[in-house]
Amino acid sequence: MRSALSTLEVVRPRSLDHALEALGRSVSGERLVPLAGGTDLFVYLNAGTPPGTRYLDLWGLRELRGIRVRDGGVRLGALTTFREIREHPVLGRRFPSLVAAAAEVGAWQIQNRATLAGNIANASPAGDSLPVLMAHDAKVDVRSARGAREVAFERLYRGYRELTVDADELITAVTLPFPPARSFPFFRKVGTRRAQSISKVVFSGLLALDRERRIAHVRLAYGSVAPVTLRARRAERALRGEPLAASVAARARAALAEDIAPIDDIRSSRDYRLAVAGNLLEQFLRAAAESRARR
Amino acid sequence: MIEFVLNGRGRRVRVPPMKRLLDVLREDCSLPGTKEGCGEGECGACSVLLDGRTVCSCLVPVVQVRGARVVTVEGLDRGGRPSALQRAFIDLGAAQCGICTPGMLVTAAELLRHARGRVPSEEEVREALAGNLCRCTGYQKIVDAVRAAARGASRDGAAGTSGARAPGRSRAGTARAKRSRTARTKRSRRRG
Repeated sequence: MRSALSTLEVVRPRSLDHALEALGRSVSGERLVPLAGGTDLFVYLNAGTPPGTRYLDLWGLRELRGIRVRDGGVRLGALTTFREIREHPVLGRRFPSLVAAAAEVGAWQIQNRATLAGNIANASPAGDSLPVLMAHDAKVDVRSARGAREVAFERLYRGYRELTVDADELITAVTLPFPPARSFPFFRKVGTRRAQSISKVVFSGLLALDRERRIAHVRLAYGSVAPVTLRARRAERALRGEPLAASVAARARAALAEDIAPIDDIRSSRDYRLAVAGNLLEQFLRAAAESRARR
Repeated sequence: MIEFVLNGRGRRVRVPPMKRLLDVLREDCSLPGTKEGCGEGECGACSVLLDGRTVCSCLVPVVQVRGARVVTVEGLDRGGRPSALQRAFIDLGAAQCGICTPGMLVTAAELLRHARGRVPSEEEVREALAGNLCRCTGYQKIVDAVRAAARGASRDGAAGTSGARAPGRSRAGTARAKRSRTARTKRSRRRG
């Protein structure tokens, strides 16, 4: 076996409280590394670059599992897998863009193990589910032995791979409010190939029109085009209060270039990402207009 | 000591907790059928069923397998004979170098079990197997073999995984498969 793995320690908490205590105690020395489905973590371990020598195994904690539908929305336990998201009937009806994103995370092997909170905590700017959470105004429940708090997903990232979650805190759940009535959700990931690829650009949009057919509510969220997943606020402003028209889309696209800051890297180039991000915005607006026309 | 159920039998291993399930299977359980390809969850060569779901065993620490059911390619046969799925791979030449074959069989077994006698479409098979890479690129024969096995399974009730098949399922499966065959025939007539 990989010899480095034989020296790693694992703490297996009996309960969430026990986990939070152990994590809190570890902060003064070597911090325990939270371990869920392992699909990101074991890539580092197998490559010989472990992020620590002591791990906190969360996999057995029932308190972190389950999808609950409530009056105003859904609450997904931190350990909810992408497979569970794909197969959930209420999510399929009310959050189709989240289900679409879940279906494009790796392939079955990864979806069966990878968790929503793992995707969030890994904090890759290319995380597939992250733009969807942002477009839906998700809130993240965070807990430590000191107490619990709720963080708007939008304010979760401080910078590249850096969370506003403290060292002794764990993500315990994600809450998504139901989107406005008759809103149009959208998700698209552009990668090198259809399956098993990390995105060049990943986008999720949400839009609702008022009675006058003007855009009343709009969210445009992008991944892989900046150090963190972000909302394209200038482009959103260009759309709010306007009709779904080609001229409006063109103005939003021009504004989008000021919102995002893509770079050249191993997966794509700045110019390509800019072009694709704009194309996805226009595709979203066209699809929303067509869906409106069909009704 | 970590206890789990391996190919239908109880198994105990004394190994470090973060040892990969892949290495435990190959080194401690003498089951070398599961292969290591990329070691980063991209290729699916190390796929095994964990509580009935396909996973990359190179990304699973054995400590998380405690109390779980693991099925490897060695556990897919039916009492020493190839399953319908394995038979179809042999008959249709769905293996070239063979490195990806155990992982393909394992993931396809999950697909067929979920399909419950229905023959999955080519697109469904390709989506299910998207996490299993074949470096010889012999995908078409693999997809054909999975669908052929599903058609065979829908006739004689032989699903892809060993054991634990509910009695009566096979007959229901046959009825469903007949319906889906009829529907397909009608569709293709309409197209023609």
